[in-house]
Amino acid sequence: MALLEVRDLTVTFGEGARAVEAVKGVSFDLERGETLAIVGESGSGKSVTALSVLQLLPYPQARHGAASRIRFDGTDLVGASHAVLQKIRGGRIAMVFQEPMTSLNPLHTVGRQIGETLLLHKGLTGAAAHARTVELLTLVGLADAAERLDAYPHQLSGGQRQRVMIAMALATEPDILIADEPTTAVDVTIQAQLLKLLKELQARFGMAMLLITHDLGIVRNMARRVLVMTEGQVVEEGAMEQVFTDPQHPYTRRLLAAEPKGGALSAPTDAAEVMRGENVKVWFPIRRGVLRRTVGHVKAVDGVSLAVREGQTVGVVGESGSGKTTLGLALLRLQRSEGRIAFVGRPIDRLGWRELRPLRREMQIVFQDPYGSLSPRLSIMGIVAEGLGVHGLAQSGAERRQMVEAALAEVGLDPATADRYPHEFSGGQRQRIAIARALVLKPRFVVLDEPTSALDMSVQAQIVDLLRDLQSRHRLAYLFISHDLKVVRALADQVIVMRDGKVVEAGPSAEIFDRPQMEYTKALMAAALRLEAVESGVVRT
Amino acid sequence: MTTTVAATTPTFLGRRISPLTQRRLASFRANRRGFWSLWIFLALFLVSLFAEFVANDRPFLVKYDGALYWPVFADYPESTFGGFLPRTDYRDPNIAEEIRSKGWMVWPLIPFSYDTINYDLMVPAPAPPSAMNWLGTDDQGRDVVARLIYGFRISVLFGLTLTIASSVIGIAAGAVQGYFGGLVDLLFQRFIEVWSGLPVLYLLIILASIVEPNFWWLLSLMLLFSWMALVGVVRAEFLRARNFDYVRAARALGVGDTVIMVRHVLPNAMVATLTFMPFILNGSITTLTSLDFLGFGLPPGSASLGELLSQGKANLQAPWLGLTAFATLALMLSLLIFVGEAVRDAFDPRRNAR
Repeated sequence: MALLEVRDLTVTFGEGARAVEAVKGVSFDLERGETLAIVGESGSGKSVTALSVLQLLPYPQARHGAASRIRFDGTDLVGASHAVLQKIRGGRIAMVFQEPMTSLNPLHTVGRQIGETLLLHKGLTGAAAHARTVELLTLVGLADAAERLDAYPHQLSGGQRQRVMIAMALATEPDILIADEPTTAVDVTIQAQLLKLLKELQARFGMAMLLITHDLGIVRNMARRVLVMTEGQVVEEGAMEQVFTDPQHPYTRRLLAAEPKGGALSAPTDAAEVMRGENVKVWFPIRRGVLRRTVGHVKAVDGVSLAVREGQTVGVVGESGSGKTTLGLALLRLQRSEGRIAFVGRPIDRLGWRELRPLRREMQIVFQDPYGSLSPRLSIMGIVAEGLGVHGLAQSGAERRQMVEAALAEVGLDPATADRYPHEFSGGQRQRIAIARALVLKPRFVVLDEPTSALDMSVQAQIVDLLRDLQSRHRLAYLFISHDLKVVRALADQVIVMRDGKVVEAGPSAEIFDRPQMEYTKALMAAALRLEAVESGVVRT
Repeated sequence: MTTTVAATTPTFLGRRISPLTQRRLASFRANRRGFWSLWIFLALFLVSLFAEFVANDRPFLVKYDGALYWPVFADYPESTFGGFLPRTDYRDPNIAEEIRSKGWMVWPLIPFSYDTINYDLMVPAPAPPSAMNWLGTDDQGRDVVARLIYGFRISVLFGLTLTIASSVIGIAAGAVQGYFGGLVDLLFQRFIEVWSGLPVLYLLIILASIVEPNFWWLLSLMLLFSWMALVGVVRAEFLRARNFDYVRAARALGVGDTVIMVRHVLPNAMVATLTFMPFILNGSITTLTSLDFLGFGLPPGSASLGELLSQGKANLQAPWLGLTAFATLALMLSLLIFVGEAVRDAFDPRRNAR
């Protein structure tokens, strides 16, 4: 008998006409000590499946079907009493969530939170609990564990917080660890470290692991068996090698084929320079005391120089906090900065808002989050046409409508959708709308600030293809900001690697990816492309 | 990656209703208590707006000597009906007798205005409820129902005007503070702290000793202090929304600050504002009532609920005064609170999400 048996699991949210069936008849087994990965895109029902195991869904809005069975070690979990569930939750089945900042209580120290788990499930108090907490934190590789006991979650980095979460999960030596996108919120180098840690711990304790992820790279690295889910159903199940090498279901094939492919368009070296930044600096003052004296600076961007030519893509890569986005905003003069910035040969770093206005038409930006970058109360027509109104590009309503429809058609959307509202569109469609908003003004320079990070894998590839297509058609110059090196490789001609506001390495894309010179770049590449953790001290923990 | 449009969007007064608004309307309608409260309140308000046709000391229509007269709309000298005064008192038994002998008159439902003194009382004022004065009279012999209708009207009108005016000012002030932030915000916040420390009641008492406070005086003075109610929420919404990506995107398009504030950020703040409004309206009505009760409100003789309450306090032997004022206030404020609750729930995304 398997340790965990899930049979015919259905989950329905809501009542009557508004009812949504999130999981439709999912069955799987999890044996002791094995790793099962559930992989799927957003909305596939993978997280809901994981939460059902611990009965953590918002009941009674969420309901299970009559035939749904979840058996853990001989105990039925569906409809089990609170007392039974409480023993199992955190005791025998532990869970690690995606976002460590919100999963930890900000008002309690790390030591206290782990101590609570120990008290509840093991009855440990005082010195024994203290010793065990230190032991656990050391186990998950938190440096200076004894001193970190009194740290609050906000005093730790994202990776450290996730380590604390794992320590909490391990505190009771569970039989099953459910990891719901455990590394999505952290940087690639940290991700590699955490995955390595999870693997080691699993082998050491003989835990079974249910890994929920959208990232096929992680699956390949971690799991022995894979469950592919889409639209609430399991479409394929099997051993990892088999699923990856010989996928049966068309959806799995599509998912596997969805990794961004293709190379950058190479611009001729004599192409006109569209955007040039010299020694760009964005320093945020740190003020202290009553008189608000400036005692130091946060150097978000610290002396970066770059040039983007017509038809060329310059990729800016780096981990969170490296100043990539700030650099993009500074070049567009949306962020106060120092240093010379020239747009098509004309210095713009001293221009006022009014003088910049006509230039805004030619330099545009596309943001990361397609949900946040479209005003929810304007129709698509209103959103895309806004820039036309500002720059007086359309003489009449009919002409404006025609231009908007042309832009929508160009990004692959049905022009008839112009009167709908953003919430009616999927993430990928929204990102297309955001691109149409930039494109309708016929810009020459576009800053793409992580335009694919919030999207599912298959949609990412489509957007990358669209961007490349638009670039070749309009000879656009892109500044492509991303932490996702696979996407950057598929699009960028030149690459700049940033860390702590400074350029670590810059050069042609092929050279940076294939022959990185600097230690940091090497570590970044290993972590991002091969999920390898590099222990040479160049990467933070 | 194309989607076909099939859904038809409903419109209201030629403007498209966004699906979000539709959902909110449906959610508001689903709250039966709030929905019915709104209709009852609107009906009462509508009746009180036409108070002159419901309770008046002049008839609608007079037929006298073959000619038709509309005393509700026009003043006629008494000479028209064979008297000698410059204005006709239709309740004068002589005039009434004269008109009835040569024609007829149609009286409103309640033949008293708010300031009509009933000289036909059989008992000393305040008179208890009777067939003639349904809720009795106050201590000056004026009909309580008539005063109630006019008092309700002025309370609601005062409340509405004050609410709308202070919301407009409050939203504008909060928007400017939140959107620009920094020094503007800092100075404005300190100013509000000082300003909100001023004692409103003493200012009103001082005002009452200089001018005779009327509707507009009271409104302006209350407005000086009540606009601060919304500044906090609106400012918070603007502080939050100014860093949204779509606001940054609009800035990257070259859109000006005013347009961004009105088109992109304000709709976010409207949710909080609309949720607050019924409660501010309640507060405004209560303020006017308490000022009238204390005697610092509307000029003597005006119909007002607060004045009725203070009469009830002064004439404990006539419980119909206090009870009437209490019941009216309780009903009006409860209705508004119910409406407010329904509005708040309709705007609550957590209730709407599912």
